[in-house]
Amino acid sequence: MKWFLGHLDQVWQLMLNHAVLALIPLVVGLLLAIPLGWLATRYRVLYSPLIAGTGLLYTIPSLALFILMPLVLGTGILDPVNVVVALTIYTIALLVRTVADGLGSVPDDVVQAATAMGIGRGRRFWSVELPLAVPVIAAGLRVAAVSNVSIVSVAALLGIPQLGSLFTDGFARNFLDPIAVGILACMVLALAMDLAILWISRAATPWLRTRVAT
Amino acid sequence: MISFTDVTKVYPGGTTAVGGLSLTAPTGKITVLVGPSGCGKTTSLRMINRMIEPTSGTIEIDGRDTSTLNPNELRRGIGYVIQSGGLFPHRTILDNIATVPLLLGWDKAKARTRAHELLERVGLDPILGKRYPNQLSGGQQQRVGVARALAADPPVMLMDEPFSAVDPVVREQLQDEFLRLQGELDKTIVFVTHDIDEAMKLGDQVAVLRVGGILAQLATPAKLLADPHDDFVADFLGRDRGYRGLAFAEAPELPLRDEPVVLLGSTVAQAAEIAAGDQWVLVVDDARAPLGWAEPDRLSGLIDRDHLHRGGTVARVGGSLRAALDAALSAPSRRGVLVDEDGRLVGTVRAQDVLSAIERRPAGAVA
Repeated sequence: MKWFLGHLDQVWQLMLNHAVLALIPLVVGLLLAIPLGWLATRYRVLYSPLIAGTGLLYTIPSLALFILMPLVLGTGILDPVNVVVALTIYTIALLVRTVADGLGSVPDDVVQAATAMGIGRGRRFWSVELPLAVPVIAAGLRVAAVSNVSIVSVAALLGIPQLGSLFTDGFARNFLDPIAVGILACMVLALAMDLAILWISRAATPWLRTRVAT
Repeated sequence: MISFTDVTKVYPGGTTAVGGLSLTAPTGKITVLVGPSGCGKTTSLRMINRMIEPTSGTIEIDGRDTSTLNPNELRRGIGYVIQSGGLFPHRTILDNIATVPLLLGWDKAKARTRAHELLERVGLDPILGKRYPNQLSGGQQQRVGVARALAADPPVMLMDEPFSAVDPVVREQLQDEFLRLQGELDKTIVFVTHDIDEAMKLGDQVAVLRVGGILAQLATPAKLLADPHDDFVADFLGRDRGYRGLAFAEAPELPLRDEPVVLLGSTVAQAAEIAAGDQWVLVVDDARAPLGWAEPDRLSGLIDRDHLHRGGTVARVGGSLRAALDAALSAPSRRGVLVDEDGRLVGTVRAQDVLSAIERRPAGAVA
């Protein structure tokens, strides 16, 4: 506790770094997963390869991916871009299936009705299918957010500063306080992101919280 | 007018859904496509707005070949109602109804006003406009579906089993209101159903299709019942064709008899006096609307609603022969009750008088 109070600024700074490193991949990953998920539902032949292929990405160990990134991207080993790109890959791995399932959960008669009213394919996607897929996509996004917060900490082994640095620091000095603070801060951050996504999802789906007629 | 000329639809597996269909749906009339599962009725309907593209043949709407038109523009000019309503769950009722007007570029205020107007037109409380579809009952959702299809006032409406997902009582209400609306709007309607009774009730003409999308017969309901083209059509129409055909035969002037009546709340003694020896006496309310039959010998005290025999149906003067005959057959007194347009008693008719009216019709007559 004493250590924590003495290092408030440092912990806060690491937490911000951590949040940015977890959030950017989440947003970028979602934006990339939407077209991929759409392809998987639009063309049935692509469904299995896309879902299996992106799912496989998640099995690559994170440390290995962080070390591979500089070779692929030509970045320096300490560049945070490595972490962002690696986590984007993980986010895509988690979200392509979610987006595909979310779009697949849109009732067929609603899509048919939209088509029959002369709503073109693109407009139908943005104004009907995607809004109706929000609850499913948000559920996947919450998993991805928590997963990102946890994986970011591994990047401490490469010396990229974020809450994971408290773990390496604590281990190196055989000092438990920073480790405990790091774990708690990670949990707070994950919870905050989870709640934020939940709140946004609820705000975007007012029709789900109405009294159902009996 | 919608015309099919030798239209076929063969699916990639080689299944023929529609085999050389030619028929015309006249302007301002309801054409019902009816048939068993696999008869291609829904496929035929969806080829009109190009949700499904025909393999060969042409479909024209008012002389314009639909295959030459932009599909989305074509669809915006055709109202479409499906079984489950197909409402957008994430949009309010008003927004659902305003969909096509907004697509057509109407300004928001005008589209909203139009949506409000339609909500009332299909018999819904305007307060429902701000709700979401899951807050409405199935019957209400179906009305919204109809309102949404009518929003941009399209001359053509396609309806795919629109009333089959609701319970029988609501279905009957929706059918009656649909006919009333069509009486005001005169849309060119193609209506798909598997329910032959619905087809008979709603259709100005009925196309009976057999499996593989072959037209078995296209005729008015009365003509179908009186003269089915083959065994398939006869079987599909079912039993009691002679009796059901009377539904389309307007009753001629029937010999009505005056019926002595008792007011609800009279004493049984008064009722017995009015019955003058007859077993049954008709009970009416203050407006002379028939309420049911009472049997004075078995009652005591005052005649209240619980005492009434309600088995008898009521027919309207100038209604069909079927309704008049049914009224006579179903009344415990064997006297069929006929009322005027406001539901007031006019008189009663005997089954034998209705039968002689039927006998007097020219042989093979079709209304």
